Amino acid sequence: MNLATATTTVPAVAHAPIDTAGLTERISIRGLNFYYGDHRALKDITLPLYASQVTAFIGPSGCGKSTLLRILNRMYDLYPNQRAEGHVTLDGEDILSPKQDVNLLRARIGMVFQKPTPFPMSIYENIAFGIRLYEKLSRHELDERVESALRRAALWDEVKDKLGANGLSLSGGQQQRLCIARTVAVRPEVILFDEPCSALDPISTAKIEELIDALKAEYTIVIVTHNMQQAARVSDFTAFMYLGELIEFDTTSKMFTAPGDRRTQDYITGRFG
Amino acid sequence: MNKLYAARRRKNSVTMALSLAATLLGLGWLVLILGVLLYEGFSGLSLRVFTEMTPPPGAAGGLLNAIMGSLVLTGLAVLIGTPIGILAGTYMAEYGRHDRLTSVVRFVNDILLSAPSIVIGLFIYEVMVYPMGHFSGWAGAVALAVIVVPVVVRTTEDMLTLVPDSLREAAASIGLPRSLMITRIAYRAAKAGMVTGVLLAVARISGETAPLLFTALNNQFWNSNLNAPMSSLPVVIFQFALSPYKDWQALAWTGALIITFAVLALSIVARTLTASRKQP
Repeated sequence: MNLATATTTVPAVAHAPIDTAGLTERISIRGLNFYYGDHRALKDITLPLYASQVTAFIGPSGCGKSTLLRILNRMYDLYPNQRAEGHVTLDGEDILSPKQDVNLLRARIGMVFQKPTPFPMSIYENIAFGIRLYEKLSRHELDERVESALRRAALWDEVKDKLGANGLSLSGGQQQRLCIARTVAVRPEVILFDEPCSALDPISTAKIEELIDALKAEYTIVIVTHNMQQAARVSDFTAFMYLGELIEFDTTSKMFTAPGDRRTQDYITGRFG
Repeated sequence: MNKLYAARRRKNSVTMALSLAATLLGLGWLVLILGVLLYEGFSGLSLRVFTEMTPPPGAAGGLLNAIMGSLVLTGLAVLIGTPIGILAGTYMAEYGRHDRLTSVVRFVNDILLSAPSIVIGLFIYEVMVYPMGHFSGWAGAVALAVIVVPVVVRTTEDMLTLVPDSLREAAASIGLPRSLMITRIAYRAAKAGMVTGVLLAVARISGETAPLLFTALNNQFWNSNLNAPMSSLPVVIFQFALSPYKDWQALAWTGALIITFAVLALSIVARTLTASRKQP
């Protein structure tokens, strides 16, 4: 289909009024642009992320959804020639400010990656390592924190007898849950999931999705996914992005039943992307 | 049979035969060298080799001072060279990956890596031996360290570059500062490869003669003073093998055998470490 003609018939960003009563805007993104060198990868993104809600970023490859996610914890800072312009605030505090301490920020905004990335150390150490960074705990307290994080990630029963084993000896799905436990253990306020299930089998995927559902009461969750059904299953809000622009943002039920933009409709019905 | 296919098969057999011949030729020399070394060196191997000093011509003796000297010089060289190499390699792989400085350092390092060791010996002679006025163990250790540094720089950079960025991002994602990410995560992931690099450097310097001839020279007697000339296996082999005395020549063969097996053992350890790294 021809996207150029479609854009002429609808406004650039379709914004149906959302009933936000009772919702707290934890992260606000306003007028955000992002550049890889000279290439402008995100164009004037404005988006709220609500506390205790799951927001999904969907869109075809290269649309900028992972880029947007990686701005929220300033992951792009690790690489030269990448820069963000605009406003992103976490509880009113400017994330993009040069004065923002990125390590403290990342302790507040955790991230789970596409491929499981356990540290090359034991299962116990994988969790304890992050806790020890910011807290001085007794051995006993640390043990408890590790256990509670592993229980949170629904991994405790599978690993409680081999906490000393290398994290890399676990299966892919278990490794991913270990990474979630590691993230939760640091007690962040926000958790970013960057296609967390794309390297996993359906059973592991189901477990991770249940987990996200269980975690959302306490955290603000953002998930980037290629899988439309997954977005429909786990998220409360959905943002559809295309070519670096936010096309539509709405409640997930509205997005998947009555999208306001032709492009959104074409994407979620599988006509492109 | 299809003509084209038949021609390809003929070509294949010819290439196969040539490759096999080349392999046998290469391996053949190695087997011959090791065979002669074993035959000549083994006959002189006895407890005395490890307990007595290098003898004057015609007398009985061993290689104790040379073995000790080699261990001390090699050990010191590794102690001096490894930290420098690891720090430089870390800068190149972690901090300055996109810097011009890194490309320059890498280029210079590659030159140093293949620099003739006799040049390094002469250099240290000029900057250490000549001003000090005498040959010394220190000068020998520094000369060997100069050979260690580029090997360690190279392997450290390569091994750290192999650590996937996803692991660095994961470390950063829990709020780990860069310094801790490097020392606690990246080093741990690259440990086996980095240790292998150091072992390869040890293997390389343990057979070096030229840099020691101009620096540590040699010493007929037991010496633990690093400010005095120091004996080492390669230099003793060089001196004894060129001598007209049969018993000195026999000791040279034995020394050569000891070095070869020490290097072989190091290589095996290095190989085992690299192999175990691949298994998750």
